Amino acid sequence: MLRADNVTFRYHAGTPVVVDGVTLEVGRGDLVGILGPNGSGKTTLLRLLSGTRQPTSGRVLFDGQPMARLSRREIARHLAVVPQETELAFEYSALEIVLMGRHAHLGLFEVEGPRDYILAREALAATGTAHLEERAFHTLSGGEKQRVVIAAALAQASDVLLLDEPTASLDLGYQLDIATLLSTLNRDRGVTMAISTHDLNLAASICRHLVLMRSGRVLASGLTEDVLTPEHVRALYDVDADVHVHDETGHMTVVPVRRLRP
Amino acid sequence: MSLRRRLLTVVGIFGAGALAVLLWAPTVGSTPISLARAFDTAQPWADNVDAQIFFVARLPRVLAGALIGATLAAAGVVLQALMRNPLATPFTLGVSAGAALGAMLAIALRLDVGALGVSSVPIASFLGSLAAIAIVYGLASSQKRGLSTNVLLLAGVTLNSFFSALILFVQYLADFAESFRAVRWLMGDLDVGGYGPIVAATPFIVAAFVVFAMLPRALNLLTMGEDMAATRGVEVARTQRWAFFSASLATGAAVSLGGPVGFIGIVVPHLVRLMVGSDHRVVLPAATLFGAAFLVLCDLVARTAMAPIEIPVGIITALIGGPFFLWLLVRQA
Repeated sequence: MLRADNVTFRYHAGTPVVVDGVTLEVGRGDLVGILGPNGSGKTTLLRLLSGTRQPTSGRVLFDGQPMARLSRREIARHLAVVPQETELAFEYSALEIVLMGRHAHLGLFEVEGPRDYILAREALAATGTAHLEERAFHTLSGGEKQRVVIAAALAQASDVLLLDEPTASLDLGYQLDIATLLSTLNRDRGVTMAISTHDLNLAASICRHLVLMRSGRVLASGLTEDVLTPEHVRALYDVDADVHVHDETGHMTVVPVRRLRP
Repeated sequence: MSLRRRLLTVVGIFGAGALAVLLWAPTVGSTPISLARAFDTAQPWADNVDAQIFFVARLPRVLAGALIGATLAAAGVVLQALMRNPLATPFTLGVSAGAALGAMLAIALRLDVGALGVSSVPIASFLGSLAAIAIVYGLASSQKRGLSTNVLLLAGVTLNSFFSALILFVQYLADFAESFRAVRWLMGDLDVGGYGPIVAATPFIVAAFVVFAMLPRALNLLTMGEDMAATRGVEVARTQRWAFFSASLATGAAVSLGGPVGFIGIVVPHLVRLMVGSDHRVVLPAATLFGAAFLVLCDLVARTAMAPIEIPVGIITALIGGPFFLWLLVRQA
């Protein structure tokens, strides 16, 4: 559904490449985690996948079509992005934020109709934020904000979601809420997702496939249970870790043991 | 309430208010006039002092005030959304000063001749504001998260003093007789001297508003950041180009008409947001109507407070806007 073909990217000519010859495939209904340490090129890779940046070489295909040839509007109708944090310059209510997700579906002077309101309220309900509809966005907690932004993404396009470090700025309780929400959306609504994260346990608990990145390159990729090995964790983070299946959750769990000085 | 109903309600209320102010303002002034006499066509024009005061002295002034107030308020709304900062306005960014420099140059170099019925002053003024906005845009796009308040205010102060120095230089070289008029105009003055300048500025303002009308939903999304807006389906670069271009056009036309009247672009949009929320589809028309009424009322104070002396309206808007701006700055910090 979403495919990167040997993509390389640098922000400016003469600066080092941030993404270096990456090939990956996100299949329909898949839930892919892009894992790697800070500065490994995960966020940039997501920008290439969302088409907000064009690769320096290589190409990104969306449903077989080169991303570069699609308009922002065409892309936005099928693919939505959830950033790590959302900061607003002005005050909007949660409902207004979610309705903004409908932009790509409306004509130039068209205003949201009953159908857009239904979709927006459904999205709020699906993310457990229906009761926050009238609240000003900036008064919400980090976890509530993130869920409202996910609702906006759902109201926009429920085919593909790209999420950039969706839990990085949240505390443990909210991390678990978001993980459960994403997992549910993928399972029950068939939303295709690619999630960038440096949180191994989040990735292990919800992702079907993993792509491990370091210094802009793909170190390994494949099924979570095949890829998440102590060897790979060591190669990614320079950390000796114990990887085992947790008795109660049934997920793979990574416990860092010691830092290896390079 | 659905957006359509909200929009109708807001335009209805703000429109009625603006209309009332526009109808009332020309009847008030330092000299009391009789409306019946002013509209009495049986009286010969040369003898009808009331009609002369109404149609020659007051009406053009009220119309200019409404046009300039509406335009600067709307340009303020657009610039604030683009810069993602509620303190951005044509005045604080130095865009008005750029427009003033352009207009001053055109007047001083006697380029004030119309070509094909289009005066060169609004065009020079537009070029000045475009140059100023290009500088600010350059600064803004080199910053990752829009223009921080610090950078924005510093850039505005720098541009304002830079353009002011050039304006003074142009003035220094110009005739003394023209100088007095220029000083008044630079303070922001609605004594535009008839309907001609209003007619000259109107096409530019109309063109700017045609573009403004297409922007609001994209502006809502742009306030969430460029990347976010792009992933929601906004063609970011194209929208920004149109918005900057139309805001320059609007500011240039308004400044060529009444000088760099300050603080309209911050006071009006802010008060309007407090009343109607932040959806630009409502904010933009509401600020346009409120801006028209606001500047006409300020000018009413300017005309009557020290009658028969007429204070340049820019002094009144500065007296209101200056403290308001500082209050916003303190509140934001």
